[in-house]
Amino acid sequence: MSAKKLNLKDKYRLLTRDLDWDFSYEDRKDAFPFEEFEGIKITDWDKWEDPFRLTMDAYWKYQAEKEKKLYAIYDAFSQNNGHLNVSDARYVNAIKIFLTAVSPGELAAHSGFAFTGRQMGGIGARIAAQMQSIDELRHIQTQIHAMSHYNKFFDGFDEFSHMHDRVWYISVVKSFFDDARSAGPFEFMVAIGFSFEYVLTNLLFVPFMSGAAYNGDMATVTFGFSAQSDEARHMTLGLEIIKFLLEQHEDNVPIVQKWIDKWLWRGYRILTVVAMMMDYMLPQKVMSWKEAWELYFEQAGGALFKDLERYGIKMPDYTDLIKAEKEHLSHQAWWTFYTNSQATAFHTWIPSDEELDWLSEKYPESFDKYYRPRWELAKEMAEKGERYYNEGLPQLCQTCQIPMIYTDVQNDPRDIVYRSTKYQGERFHFCSDQCQHIFENEPEKYVHAWLPVHQIFQGNCGGPGGLEKVMDYYKLDVGKANMDYVGSPDEERWKNWKGVA
Amino acid sequence: MATQALRADYHGDGKDTEDKFHGAILVYINWDKHLFFYSAKAFPLDPNMPFAAVLEHVIGTHFCQHPEYKNINWDTVEWTLNNEPFMPVMEKSLAENGFDHKCLLRFKTAETSSFEAAGI
Ligand SMILES: [Fe+2]
Ligand SMILES: [Fe+2]
Ligand SMILES: [Zn+2]
Repeated sequence: MSAKKLNLKDKYRLLTRDLDWDFSYEDRKDAFPFEEFEGIKITDWDKWEDPFRLTMDAYWKYQAEKEKKLYAIYDAFSQNNGHLNVSDARYVNAIKIFLTAVSPGELAAHSGFAFTGRQMGGIGARIAAQMQSIDELRHIQTQIHAMSHYNKFFDGFDEFSHMHDRVWYISVVKSFFDDARSAGPFEFMVAIGFSFEYVLTNLLFVPFMSGAAYNGDMATVTFGFSAQSDEARHMTLGLEIIKFLLEQHEDNVPIVQKWIDKWLWRGYRILTVVAMMMDYMLPQKVMSWKEAWELYFEQAGGALFKDLERYGIKMPDYTDLIKAEKEHLSHQAWWTFYTNSQATAFHTWIPSDEELDWLSEKYPESFDKYYRPRWELAKEMAEKGERYYNEGLPQLCQTCQIPMIYTDVQNDPRDIVYRSTKYQGERFHFCSDQCQHIFENEPEKYVHAWLPVHQIFQGNCGGPGGLEKVMDYYKLDVGKANMDYVGSPDEERWKNWKGVA
Repeated sequence: MATQALRADYHGDGKDTEDKFHGAILVYINWDKHLFFYSAKAFPLDPNMPFAAVLEHVIGTHFCQHPEYKNINWDTVEWTLNNEPFMPVMEKSLAENGFDHKCLLRFKTAETSSFEAAGI
């Protein structure tokens, strides 16, 4: 007897909702021990609407096809020395940041969604989270493969996984995902599924992928296309989780609001590096950070929060501050990395005259007044043979772990914002009211943050013996992967390949 | 507020308590409105060190890269410690001057220079 072919509807039911079972002799609460401690109330998991409408077998089939195409293009890229087609070797530093700081986030997301894909009580939500978990694993793998070609020709890529647990600026991204993964399943879903994937993803992936397209980086562009349909699914899951939680019980509303306030802020702080990448690292610019924020957050995000109003959800009240910061963010970040480039796994440089003019035009409120003069001074110093590298180590924010670089943009942009609080007799410092509130809501979670600067002073980063030891501990190839682009081996090789003196 | 945790006894052991710095206290120092140094700098310092030594060997070596540093008139500098007005006594130690672990020392200079408007 041949197997009966199922119609689509039956197949969908059998391969999704029907995979669940009833608990006849075990307590259901023991099977889902994480479901209640966050205070979220679920009254009926059957109200969950499957966001993907996709069964596992179809999922595997689609993904396998995408992989096949992707790797065929990577092979062609490699065989044709695709790295020679990028706009300029400076560009490659943007994807060094991508591999060291963004890609490990994919792996963290993979593990987080595997957790929620096990721990949420509803089968529909579990299956969706499991699919996303596998997507995220695919993303880090395909990103590593996309970058592996560049790794043969440029410095700064090879120790990305070793660096992830150690290097001062990478700790920012690591701590972000550690924070989310050590929360309960629902906070994780609001943090990464909604706030990051739904609200902010267009400010992370679109800039990197269109940056790649504008700058001739076919490997990254192809990865971007391959991930696009995954990301579309992730966004629908992010939106479904929010609507589901808000519709389940009114007591969920203030909890979800608190999480949105926290995670949009934490996500926004991470985007500092994207702002800098867009404004300073792309030889062929796509748009300014300010324009991207206006387009993807102020317009698109504004419409989303209008939509969520009917559930009683409000736009976080700090968005006016972000609006004011958009004039300053990228400039403060690039200056920080430029002056600390002796300890970065990528190169930095002084913007060209044309780039300075572009920045003046894009940032009429701030650039000529506050930031152009810094670059003029840096230029003066470099021309005297005294390229400026800042001595010493910065003070860090206890929550976001970013050096305390943010200034009081709404009053005097020359003043650094200082916030602090005492907890159990110890003083903790913050870059903003928001980072302080996050700490004060859950101090026990942040008092044991691994702050790179303090760890260096405690002797935990290669032992005592100065910055040299720390660089060994980071496996940072001093003189090759770091310092100014001008005079770097990257620059020298590029000039050789291109036949310019 | 309590951390939302699975176990009621969840707690974090402070990673940066004073006992972990081999006898030093952490001191953050900033030269206000001089973003040439993009943020305050962190230093592990011996609390028995006289303030004058901090001025010479810590501030003197870590802020001197600024082209205007040599023009500072230290007699007119305004200090704050943990954001409160503060008058350092040069020959007294940090501890005697009221410095504690993870304190923030800021100084404001009066010089007008071409950098001032830009906050460099
Ligand atoms: Fe991803
Ligand atoms: Fe995603
Ligand atoms: Zn912060």
